[in-house]
Amino acid sequence: MRGRLLRPLLLILVLAVVLYPLVWMVGTAFKSPGEIVSNIGLLPEHVTPGNFTQGWHKFDVGFGRFFANSVLVAGLTVVGNVASCVLAAYALGRLRFRLRSVWFAVMIATLLLPGHVLIVPQYILFRSLGWIGGSWPYLPLLVPHFLATEAFFVFLMVQFMRSIPRELDEAATIDGASAWTVFRYVVLPLSRPALVTTAIFSFIWTWNDFFRQLVYLSDLNQYTVPVALTLFIDSTSETAVGPMFAMSLLSLVPVFLFFVAFQRMLVEGINTSGLKG
Amino acid sequence: MAAAPTAERPAIARRGPAAPRPGPGGRHRQNLPGYLFLSPWLVGFLLITAVPMLLSLYLSFTDYDVLTPLREVHWVGWDNYRRMVTADPSYWHAVRVTLTFALVAVPLKLAVALGVAVLLNRTFRGVGVFRGLFYLPSLLGGSVALAIVWVSMFNRDGAFNSLLALFGIQGAPWVNDPRWALETLMLLAIWQFGAPMVIFLAGLKQVPTELYEASSVDGAGAVRRFWHVTLPMLSPVIFFNLVLETIHGFQGFTSAFVLSNGTGGPVDSTLMYTLNLYINGFVRLDMGYASAMAWVFLVAVGLITVVLFRTGRFWVHYSDAEEH
Repeated sequence: MRGRLLRPLLLILVLAVVLYPLVWMVGTAFKSPGEIVSNIGLLPEHVTPGNFTQGWHKFDVGFGRFFANSVLVAGLTVVGNVASCVLAAYALGRLRFRLRSVWFAVMIATLLLPGHVLIVPQYILFRSLGWIGGSWPYLPLLVPHFLATEAFFVFLMVQFMRSIPRELDEAATIDGASAWTVFRYVVLPLSRPALVTTAIFSFIWTWNDFFRQLVYLSDLNQYTVPVALTLFIDSTSETAVGPMFAMSLLSLVPVFLFFVAFQRMLVEGINTSGLKG
Repeated sequence: MAAAPTAERPAIARRGPAAPRPGPGGRHRQNLPGYLFLSPWLVGFLLITAVPMLLSLYLSFTDYDVLTPLREVHWVGWDNYRRMVTADPSYWHAVRVTLTFALVAVPLKLAVALGVAVLLNRTFRGVGVFRGLFYLPSLLGGSVALAIVWVSMFNRDGAFNSLLALFGIQGAPWVNDPRWALETLMLLAIWQFGAPMVIFLAGLKQVPTELYEASSVDGAGAVRRFWHVTLPMLSPVIFFNLVLETIHGFQGFTSAFVLSNGTGGPVDSTLMYTLNLYINGFVRLDMGYASAMAWVFLVAVGLITVVLFRTGRFWVHYSDAEEH
């Protein structure tokens, strides 16, 4: 009997620890500045939207702009990742050509490569191309994704494509179909789940990415949401806490919506590939 | 390329690279279409990965500082590496901080993930809801927004101290206290136990129930079954998560940046390796030195991965089915 109760009790305890920071964030975002100091409870006594309007206009550039920039970067990254990784995955997973296994091994090796190692030389490279500090500073953030450098997604798709019965393309090939035709009409339609998983993870990871956006973006007008949020850290006065929480909360809403809509897919996605959120 | 500084992870996939399959379609090669389809990746690999890697190896032997043109940099030999080892105390400090972080946070995170996975490895109503909610921090936790919330929570007047006050305990100003700042970041990492938990759950589902039944018949209690059935059967998955999380753990950046406003403080207590690299490369513009740091990091992470794989031989059990 004791064992029967222990499990649910433990699970509820863990759930409380997991949810506490999130609930506290939501509660604080809706508290007035006075209440943030006086009311140490989780939830506000009077729900006030003031933090949101204040936070939105806190800096010389509104958060609308930052959100638009983030949506642009994340959206184009999704397009780039899906389009370029699926091509590479088709080659590595389904076609036979010279040195294929070598390239596959190289791709796996880049999977393990810590991104921070490359940031200095990449910065120098992009700078010499005039891509940094220009009128469109998103090229360094986007171009790599159009060249399938996110090896996790290539790997995920290769794994998926290998599960598609080979008889399908063999039959098509015997009927005279080219590699492109097989790709377009057999493998691509059947790979849809892997493409969707890639799209969702691309969006969330890029939305949350900070390191590279911090390095490459220097003009306030071009800031994305994560970089803009760090501006709050400088102003640590009591009055800034509410707006800071309000904007932090808003910035997590898209990720949360993705989570709600695709929860099962995300969980299965990490299962099949070992990908991590 | 771990976006997710938040990001991170290798692959003991279901199967390794597929052996070329003999078969009717297998005999003829498709060199031209193969390379055409591969070309975006090839270009990306060469220009975005390989060339920059070689460039940074070269730069690590120079005094490059961004402001002087590449043509005019000075070759300084092993100076950058020597400086790291002998003349830069903050370098060693960062190494210590990073190792401490990884050695403490990674095992604890995996232990929590495994424990919760075992709790969830039952069919009951709402199990999916629990699993989903436990996974949520893994999606949110790497963001600047959540780091901000976390840091505020462990402020002097933060929610954590309010909670302690209910029990009459006077808490420390955790994030401003050099003795505790790194620990709060570890907690944030552990809080994101959901991703390895999901992988553990998938592994637990693969353990044949006959093994449990057999050991129960033999009189083994729950604890013994866990030690002698679950752990050995799960060891490949534990190993997979360990490699993944270790590599991930060494790359922590966002939370340390947010806590210290980019300085690694208080008193360098959160100076993670990557943050130190950022400060040297992009704040002090000492890019030659930062390149050297990056290469040492690469070699160190590589070595640690190799060591993990070597030691893995002694405790990772692959069942016959998996070896096949």
